[in-house]
Amino acid sequence: MQIELRQHTSLLRIGMAPISAIFAALILCSALIIWAGVPVLEAYALLFKGAFGSAFALKETFTRSIPLIFTGLAVAVAFRSKFYNIGAEGQLYAGALASVYFGTGLVSLPGYLMVPFLLLVGALAGGLLLLVPVLLKTRLKVDEVVTTLLLNFVVLLMVSYLIEGPLRDPMAMGWPQTASIVDEGVLPTLMSKGRLHAGLIVAILASVLIWAVMRFTVLGYEIKAVGFNAKGAEFSGVKINRTVILTALISGGLAGLAGVSEVAGLKGYLTLDLSPGFGYTGVAVAMLAQLHPLAVIPAALFLSAVYVGADSMSRAVNIPTYIADVLVGVSVLAILVSVMLTRYRIKWRK
Amino acid sequence: MSRLSFKQITKRFGSLIANDSISLSLGEGEIMALLGENGAGKTTLMNILFGHYEADEGSIEVEDKVLTPGSTEAAIQAGIGMVHQHFTLADNLTVIENIILGTESLWSWRHDLTAARRKLMEMAESYSLAINPDALVGSLSVGERQRVEILKALYRGARTLILDEPTAVLTPQETENLFITLRSLTAKGLSVIFISHKLHEILAISDRISVLRRGKIVDTIKTSEASRSELAEKMVGEVVTRPQLEAMQPGAPVLTLAGLSAFGDDKLPMLNNVDLTIHAHEIIGIAGVAGNGQAALADVLSGLNRDYSGTLELHDKTLTDAGPSDFVARGIGRIPEDRHVRGMIGEMEIWENLISEDLRSAEISKWKIIINRDAAIKRAEKLIERFDVRCEGPQAQTKLLSGGNIQKLILARALSPEPDFILANQPVRGLDEGAIAYVQEQLFDARKRGAAILLISEDLDELLSLCDRIAVMYQGNLSEAVPTATRTVTELGLMMAGQAIHAN
Repeated sequence: MQIELRQHTSLLRIGMAPISAIFAALILCSALIIWAGVPVLEAYALLFKGAFGSAFALKETFTRSIPLIFTGLAVAVAFRSKFYNIGAEGQLYAGALASVYFGTGLVSLPGYLMVPFLLLVGALAGGLLLLVPVLLKTRLKVDEVVTTLLLNFVVLLMVSYLIEGPLRDPMAMGWPQTASIVDEGVLPTLMSKGRLHAGLIVAILASVLIWAVMRFTVLGYEIKAVGFNAKGAEFSGVKINRTVILTALISGGLAGLAGVSEVAGLKGYLTLDLSPGFGYTGVAVAMLAQLHPLAVIPAALFLSAVYVGADSMSRAVNIPTYIADVLVGVSVLAILVSVMLTRYRIKWRK
Repeated sequence: MSRLSFKQITKRFGSLIANDSISLSLGEGEIMALLGENGAGKTTLMNILFGHYEADEGSIEVEDKVLTPGSTEAAIQAGIGMVHQHFTLADNLTVIENIILGTESLWSWRHDLTAARRKLMEMAESYSLAINPDALVGSLSVGERQRVEILKALYRGARTLILDEPTAVLTPQETENLFITLRSLTAKGLSVIFISHKLHEILAISDRISVLRRGKIVDTIKTSEASRSELAEKMVGEVVTRPQLEAMQPGAPVLTLAGLSAFGDDKLPMLNNVDLTIHAHEIIGIAGVAGNGQAALADVLSGLNRDYSGTLELHDKTLTDAGPSDFVARGIGRIPEDRHVRGMIGEMEIWENLISEDLRSAEISKWKIIINRDAAIKRAEKLIERFDVRCEGPQAQTKLLSGGNIQKLILARALSPEPDFILANQPVRGLDEGAIAYVQEQLFDARKRGAAILLISEDLDELLSLCDRIAVMYQGNLSEAVPTATRTVTELGLMMAGQAIHAN
């Protein structure tokens, strides 16, 4: 077997890569469904129905995609400059923490200012948290995969302490949760029924903005240049450290927004189960989107549909919801293979 | 009797035909030179012989037996030894350990060093290849390492040696020693295939010359009947004349280095108190064996390394604390040594690479934030036209271009702003004749316009034909730059090996 570099890759092939990867993942996972003793097609039909089959299901899928768009964007931007931020989970909680700290009465502003203010402090908190690993990397060459990943646990323990102690809502009957943010700070819902909130609009705007930055600006150019070839970028005069630090601030900020939007749009207060791993799933979103900021939106929707659909499926038939995690994991592996196949072709020896 | 013969070897890579039905034979005790430009198919052919590749068509016979294709083991068994351009030795092992590496069974309990040592010393003596078997390879000079490579091949029973561009890393004296070794080997009946693109070396050492061009054998001639100009024409396919250096009065000083010292990662000095003044209308050449501080000098002069002591002045203004962008903005054009790593970002499009040095200029970006794509593409179109870059257009991916075209892009970026000082680090390495002539012409044009140029090269011929003055770098020390005509190749070679030559 030989692997050869392709000279040209057609756009069709690039577009088909994630779609064929998803199909491959569905086929591979059907083995587990058969094992669970459920007809495959029925299970997938239930999953599809659970994600898209009704107005309620659709709204749930979109609602669940909001934090994934933010964390997916956060990872996509960072990975573009080869800064491997695996800490979106921690940055999400940092953003959420900032929003409950400032949004539960400490600051009072009219609604049209309060929401942007909370988004801003949340983004700042996420960005500042990531400043620690990025400075360790640029100053001391400490590997950011390790620091960003481990910082997640530090932040979670910190949150755990705060909601058990200083930030615990005295009216919460002893439950470990913070007070609810003030009404002016709540992201409005988009439709009369259901939980879909204005965070979706912010997320889509963020995607478009990041896309524009990457495509049209000097900063976007520099981020790409550093990611493709840091030595070449440095020779041309791109300031590598400055670019990586700016990238990290943007990335952490986007992950922080995920936390604000979950608190201000959905839960109202902060608990330890605010995120079922949105930060980690963000890595999957970004890989599925091949780091393209606009492609993050459909990628997030797909993964969110898998989770929402699997929840609903597991209620109908006897398949644990863990199938969603397996499906997402296999999808990411399949996308890595299919992206490789867009760049290389495999030749079998005669 | 023929030691080795290629029969109608053809090898294709996609649509490219790297070797087009090549037939050759090598006699016993013969040195055959394989001459051709980069990409002519020399290395591919040797890789087929050594089993790295399998030919699509044709076969190879060694001593009248067909060689199993695609097997390095079979090639070694058949007595073929290869000395690669980049040595394949482990620096942290001794000579003897390197030589027996891979010859012992994995299942044997211990080294049998005594027998190996005896065999090695016998070989070294009979071929007069003096070597200390217990020296660490890392402590040897480049010439000695090459000797170890040759001994390693002989130890494995090689009767045919392939040498791929063996002189690229040697000083002229080391080259002369290599030639003596090769002659003593052939006197004992060994055969040698000598791959090179340097005409005078091939004329000096070979018995027969085969010229390859675009995958085909153009001609095979006896060296005694060959002439330099005829070979050059056969190799390139047309008569390419390199530009000649016109005499010119040097102008005012442009760049002055005084007491410049720089340190490597291990805090060891890489540059030691270097003084140099380069004037307008002047090309100064830096000769030296690779790794003697040229890279450190280039890093300082391209703005990458600010951690130096001493002064660096451009037009009487010091360049303290300036980075690459300031260097470019102040009128320094830089041609980096490694065009694929430093020079261009392969994944980006051509127009993007052509704006990388002045992203925040008024021409290229609005408020230093938004890139003016139209202006950038217009610039790329103009430069592609002016520097004759063969490509599909400004939006082609840079890494798809050939080496020569990538170098043209680098020239376009570095030279089009008409810099006062130009750092050209190995600007023609690995290029074909046409591209070499083009690059040299561009440098001469810049010199005529009034630029001061520093040319770093490992090729003495190139330096002698291009430079007004020449200096030699050895272990971070730079000799005085003297008019090129006052130095002979022998003197330069001795200086490259560390001997002080005093101007008389």
